[in-house]
Amino acid sequence: MKLACILLTASTLAAQVPYERIMNADREPGSWLTYSRNYLGQRFSPLAQITPANVAQLKVKWAYQFDVPNNEVSPIVADGVMYVTGPNRAAALDLKTGRELWRWRRTIPTDYQNIGFGRVNRGPAILGDQLFVATLDCYLVALDIKSGHERWSTQVADYKPGYSMTLAPLAYRDKVAVGISGGEAGIRGFVDAYDAKTGHRAWRFYTIPGPSEPGHDSWKTEAWRTGGGSTWVTGAYDPDANLLYWGVGNPGPDWNGDPRPGDNLYTCSLVALDGDTGKIRWHFQFTPHDTHDWDAAHVPVLFDATIRGQKRRVVANANRNAFYYVLDRENGQFLAGQAYSKQTWANGLDDSGRPMVIPGTEPSDEGTLVWPNLNGATVWFSPSYSPATSLFYVAVRETGATYFKREADYKPGTFFAGGGQRELPPDDVWGAIRALDATSGKLIWEFKLNSPPWSGVLSTAGGLVFSGTTEGNFFALDAKTGKPLWDFQAGGGIGANPISFSIGIQQHVAIAADRVLYVFGL
Amino acid sequence: MRWIFALVCVSCALAQTLTKESEPEPVGDPALGQKRFESQCALCHGQDGSGGRGPNLRRPKLDHASDDAALRKVISQGIQPEMPGAWQLSVHEVASVAAYVRQIGSLPAEPVAGNATHGAQVYKSKGCPNCHMIAGAGSGYGPELSDIGARRSVAFLRESVVAPETSVPDRFLMIEAVTTGGETVRGLRVNEDTFTIQIRDANGQYSSFRKSDLKELRKLTGKSPMPSYKDSLTQDDLTDLTAYLVGLRGKS
Repeated sequence: MKLACILLTASTLAAQVPYERIMNADREPGSWLTYSRNYLGQRFSPLAQITPANVAQLKVKWAYQFDVPNNEVSPIVADGVMYVTGPNRAAALDLKTGRELWRWRRTIPTDYQNIGFGRVNRGPAILGDQLFVATLDCYLVALDIKSGHERWSTQVADYKPGYSMTLAPLAYRDKVAVGISGGEAGIRGFVDAYDAKTGHRAWRFYTIPGPSEPGHDSWKTEAWRTGGGSTWVTGAYDPDANLLYWGVGNPGPDWNGDPRPGDNLYTCSLVALDGDTGKIRWHFQFTPHDTHDWDAAHVPVLFDATIRGQKRRVVANANRNAFYYVLDRENGQFLAGQAYSKQTWANGLDDSGRPMVIPGTEPSDEGTLVWPNLNGATVWFSPSYSPATSLFYVAVRETGATYFKREADYKPGTFFAGGGQRELPPDDVWGAIRALDATSGKLIWEFKLNSPPWSGVLSTAGGLVFSGTTEGNFFALDAKTGKPLWDFQAGGGIGANPISFSIGIQQHVAIAADRVLYVFGL
Repeated sequence: MRWIFALVCVSCALAQTLTKESEPEPVGDPALGQKRFESQCALCHGQDGSGGRGPNLRRPKLDHASDDAALRKVISQGIQPEMPGAWQLSVHEVASVAAYVRQIGSLPAEPVAGNATHGAQVYKSKGCPNCHMIAGAGSGYGPELSDIGARRSVAFLRESVVAPETSVPDRFLMIEAVTTGGETVRGLRVNEDTFTIQIRDANGQYSSFRKSDLKELRKLTGKSPMPSYKDSLTQDDLTDLTAYLVGLRGKS
């Protein structure tokens, strides 16, 4: 009997995670097999044991301490193991106890510079018997899920001019897609896909089109060479259409648009890429010629909805620029949109979804006060879409800033920002979890937060919404009404995405809070 | 053995001092420093150095830069893991950024009329130590004043004494919490999050509340627990008190 038990455990631990398991994520609601749980970017858990009626009984079941601060990881959970990452780090944890099964480290080069962001990592990807980790010094590494030993590592870019990687890779079919950070260092951004078995690059899509490529004429000068367009947040994937959806970051220099006249494609856009070739199918630009650092650094959220009487396959985005957008995900057509947060830079969106920009809202020598601030009305932390309520949940930052324009000289590996902001006094800014009608962006309810948040949102079939605060509160709201039902002081600021999964047959919720990962259960 | 070790240390220290003295201190140009700061540092520290993702630098003491040499080192080498080093800046540029950071962090000593020694007596006789600490003496209810002269101008300090509510610092907030039992707790906000608030009253007593348990939570923005001394100080006493406060520049 004991032997049988050991054999069973061993075979469970050795189980593989083929593409079909990730594609059919709803068949195993107790797992969390890709960044947003499903390819559609929804960060919704079909688990329903934890409900508004019992959520107040949640207790810490175990905790795991990282050796670095400010952890932003969204773990992967498969076959009794939780996989976590940090900057150039990964570990496999026993799901029952949190004890380490293995750990992996890669030395951060002493001359590595993180230009414009923290030394963080947002999570791994899993496919087959490999775990994929993107490193700060721009390597994509495949680890054996059983031992943590390296199978292969591939250099994605040279970190010295300012390229870096903080995102969770996206593993789909037989490939692993990654994006790049460095939008404050004058990089030329791209999305890459690599063969999961060999680590060889399958394709690259440059977010800044070169000469002779469509979209290049949106750059009137040579500025495209240092045009930015980072891709630092994990995209979404439509398995039926074999299309990747990926957000593109700001143009460079950030706050001084003078050297780069034009719309600056495909910065501040959503792009739809062919999964096999990386060829662009369509794009939608949220903020043409951005001068406020409003990257489209968001997980695109895919769902099906009826809009004006017509069934549509859509992609939704609550953008850093304070507008919510619903697009047809087959062709990028603008279907609906409206502001979901205070903004003072546009008189709304026109019929094509282009913002009607208010003159005089650009950064200036003496400073220009604009809402939202450079971090945006929301940013990299994930929103959530619940098929149970048809609501789109987003953590919102209600803060403006005085934007300044300054000179920008490009020197590889240094800030190429052209200005900055002065923030508002701390008691003048706040935050909220907002539930929006997913098809229009109309506000359904709001739960106010003491300060602008850095935590993502999880919704569950149990009727709950989980999120966290900068002051360390991890909390649950009623998904229908926004009523607060439970909160826990984690002892450190939360800047991560929650997940939900099962240990055995019991539903649990996990969140990273600064140096500690907490796992809660009933 | 220990004695030999101590001797070695002393000679090391001497050698370091000698090396230091043989290299001239780089002299920075604050105007150039401001230009470099605004293009290379402002993204995190704010356009005027008042902070953002990175800490506020408009203060006389910086945690990672005890002296100018340490400040230059922080600027050129960064602080692992959060702050990148500005290795691309020349020695002169680094010194210039350092000079600018010192300039915004500390006000130059202004000449001020008045008798600081008498001002110290006024400070005591008017009961200021009942709410403020200077160099470890006094009570900690109000702001600590040991280096207030390096942080605030003469005009600002004078105004704070006669009209305290014009100078309430950021994050310094008077709170009135009304419990469901009808009791009102008045004090300074120590900490606040979405669900709870902690308050310290004038006696140093802490209260902690869940916001949902309160009948009312009043934020007295712009209010100060400090009374105005407009009518209780002569002009000469006010000038002397200001001279005393301006002279408080912290430990050297």
